[in-house]
Amino acid sequence: MGSYVPNTKAEQEAMLKEAGYSGFEDMFSCIPEENRLKRPLNIPSGLSEMEVLRKMEEIADKNTVFKSIFRGAGAYNHYIPAIVKSVSTKEEFVTTYTPYQAEISQGILQSIFEFQTMICELTGMDVANASHYDGATAAAESIPMCQDRKRKTAYVSEAAHPGVIQVMKTYCFGSGTRLVEVPARDGLTDMEELETLLKEDPAAACVYIQQPNFYGNFEDAEKIAEITHTAGAKLVMGVNPISLAIIQSPAEAGADIAVGDGQPLGMPIAYGGPYVGFMATNSKMMRKLPGRIVGETTDDKGERAFVLTLQAREQHIRREKASSNICSNQDLCTLIASVYMAAMGKDGMRAVATQSMSKAHYLAEQLEGAGFRPLYRQDFFNEFITDCPCGSQKLMKALENHGILGGLPITENAILWCATEMNTKKDMDDVVTIAKAVMEGKEAHA
Amino acid sequence: MKLIFEIGSEGRKLSLLPECDVPETAVPEKLKRRSELHLPHLSENEISRHYTKLAKRTHGVNDGFYPLGSCTMKYNPKVNEETAALKGFTRVHPLQREDTVQGSLEVIKTISDSLCEIAGMDAFTMQPAAGAHGEFTGLLLIKAYHTDHNDSRRTKIIVPDSAHGTNPASAAMCGYEIVSIPSAEDGCVDLDALRAAVGEDTAGLMLTNPNTVGLFDKNITEITRIVHEAGGLCYYDGANLNAVMGLVRPGDMGFDCVHINLHKTFSTPHGGGGPGSGPVGCKEFLKPFLPGYQITVDDSGMYHYSVGDKTVGAVKQFHGNFSVVVRALTYILFLGKEGIPEASSNAVLNANYMRKKLDDLYTMAYDTTCMHEFVMDLSELKHRTGCSALDVAKGLLDYGIHPPTMYFPLIVHEALMVEPTETEPREVLDEAIEVLRKLYETAESDPESLHSAPHTTVIGRPDEVGAARHPIVRYIWED
Repeated sequence: MGSYVPNTKAEQEAMLKEAGYSGFEDMFSCIPEENRLKRPLNIPSGLSEMEVLRKMEEIADKNTVFKSIFRGAGAYNHYIPAIVKSVSTKEEFVTTYTPYQAEISQGILQSIFEFQTMICELTGMDVANASHYDGATAAAESIPMCQDRKRKTAYVSEAAHPGVIQVMKTYCFGSGTRLVEVPARDGLTDMEELETLLKEDPAAACVYIQQPNFYGNFEDAEKIAEITHTAGAKLVMGVNPISLAIIQSPAEAGADIAVGDGQPLGMPIAYGGPYVGFMATNSKMMRKLPGRIVGETTDDKGERAFVLTLQAREQHIRREKASSNICSNQDLCTLIASVYMAAMGKDGMRAVATQSMSKAHYLAEQLEGAGFRPLYRQDFFNEFITDCPCGSQKLMKALENHGILGGLPITENAILWCATEMNTKKDMDDVVTIAKAVMEGKEAHA
Repeated sequence: MKLIFEIGSEGRKLSLLPECDVPETAVPEKLKRRSELHLPHLSENEISRHYTKLAKRTHGVNDGFYPLGSCTMKYNPKVNEETAALKGFTRVHPLQREDTVQGSLEVIKTISDSLCEIAGMDAFTMQPAAGAHGEFTGLLLIKAYHTDHNDSRRTKIIVPDSAHGTNPASAAMCGYEIVSIPSAEDGCVDLDALRAAVGEDTAGLMLTNPNTVGLFDKNITEITRIVHEAGGLCYYDGANLNAVMGLVRPGDMGFDCVHINLHKTFSTPHGGGGPGSGPVGCKEFLKPFLPGYQITVDDSGMYHYSVGDKTVGAVKQFHGNFSVVVRALTYILFLGKEGIPEASSNAVLNANYMRKKLDDLYTMAYDTTCMHEFVMDLSELKHRTGCSALDVAKGLLDYGIHPPTMYFPLIVHEALMVEPTETEPREVLDEAIEVLRKLYETAESDPESLHSAPHTTVIGRPDEVGAARHPIVRYIWED
């Protein structure tokens, strides 16, 4: 069996004696007999490290790893620079906890301050928190930031990621918030419908849109901000951080809150996590932010110092009146995102964004040439939907036989494709060749 | 030290990407970013050194003793990091078809089964990302259950006044009113206060056992019975599960749902404040409400996703903090049925050993056998010498020891909560005991030096009031 207990049996015996107990049983006499589990746990016996590693390798091998990935939908396959892994596996960062003791946590505090700054730069906002669990929970927790005595209703665009909408619904079930879905038309949020809905609702608190939206299309965020603000509500934008290197920032569009998932910033897709949610807003709403925030101050000698700040918002002080219950966040992932952005720099971030967008457009053109027509004719970033006359599952199987994970089947006849800088022209040409063959009935599926 | 934005120079960069091999697509004019984007401009060497400097200014479990009460800062095994980094786990997409992610499904199924056995539950969801997130999820189950029974009168959640702040905050997020009940003198639930608090409006009770003062509440069977008889459900906050694994099970104590902190009890690293993982377990009757997927296995051994017919939906996208779950499973397989209770037994032993070797000097808030942690009450010392719990905590920093949790629980004044964990060797405990005794003497002989501690850290005490009054929460470029 494996163990990480350093003290030997003899040492344990001696310690028990020194603590005044005749043995473990004696020490545990503080637990009533009726509450005790009087049998061994019904789980397997422990293993040596070598056995455990082998077993976990066996399990991992049961997953199919694709050499080329054309699926996004909230988890994006971007290049991860070597320096990211090197920094984010430093044991000081890995094994420390929330920096409650500032004097011995300046490193982690400064790294969070730097993360907050980079998120503010990307989004154009004044203040960002030290992270949320993921983009979806950040979106969900932006709603209470916008609610007050009179304004309660939250609106979410149907063109947002269905997974994000689901999390918002679940959080709203908890808080008892009315959440209204704004329909989409032609792959975009239906702005006329939005305007009508908001006009009829004096209790509208906020509108959530995703940019680019779930279908990959660019919303007219400026116009939506205008409609939202005219109705006296707040605009929350869910954004892809990579796109912000080249696309209008949420602040430029007029959003009040920017949220998103930081996964594209150096985190592996890893079956969905851990990723990191980011949340940023203007200085007026700063005290409504959930979660940790790091601030700069000075120490008793006047030297620059960093601390957890604005804690009067938080659960350990305000309890049920706190802005959120969040305690642990996703800090190590903020470190990954920061190192990623530092490694990429402005030019690298632009290159990732531009290449992803360019490759998606190349793939869309080639697929259309092969008979897969785009569902919408809108401006898009690095994702787009095509129809799939040959049946999407059949096409997926054919691609899998060549080590390729195709786009996400939305229906049996529609696929959401994604391209990033990781997809070479040759990879894309291969996809198109295979797709064409399936369409022409030449490629039998497995 | 300088910020990452204050080093390097414009034009420095890494060579990371090849040239684009397709024609460039231009961003439509109206969608272009107009404002300047400031990001660091550094060589790889400079980035590496910057973060090495930051690492040196950070105290982790690997750097020394970290007895932060209620946080279970145990050693984070290295093999966990290896298994979590296996390509079969890191390079799979969360939306792959289930037959291509059988390994991931097996991980979730296996750990769910193990946690069910350890907690005495019937089902688990791996979706919650942290302890507080798990609390929220558990309360959603309670809410969904009452809603399903058309019982709209149940609007209140009972929380002891000793509870962690996340408990009332989570209940509030579920729209509940909080009824805070005072603890009895022994630090445990006051049964009379509980009886007086329950009624037709009781949705449930949130409790941890061992409780937040580190004691096992002997009345636990009676407590859960009182709540159940009033029609409420019982939620177990698993923050302190490290004390009782394999010894006592929340399910057997009468709890209906629980969360477990994989980053505490199951050895996954705390990462500076996450990512953690807070899986939620429940009894059979709450299973249909669980968020996310349950994993089933068919006769041929194939794993499948299944969704409860009354699911509350999802509390997080995809499948939770999966890589954290992989680490925890590695730990469970390694320890097994023998190692898991051994870990808890030694966590309790280490705490009682420290407690006994300090109780002649420090006042214990509750002078009796503790579980995995104990709380010291420094109010007498403060009254006599002027040295507070904060001063003693700051004094510990000069000895390379992370201070215990300060000023929690709120029912103990000048509290220091010590949780040594089972992975500390005896010598480390002895050294910490010696330092704590020395600091006590310093408080009496030279209180001034404790007021101004720490003296050897990279910064002295920071101005927290100033930070909150004039918040500087980002770096601003001058251009």
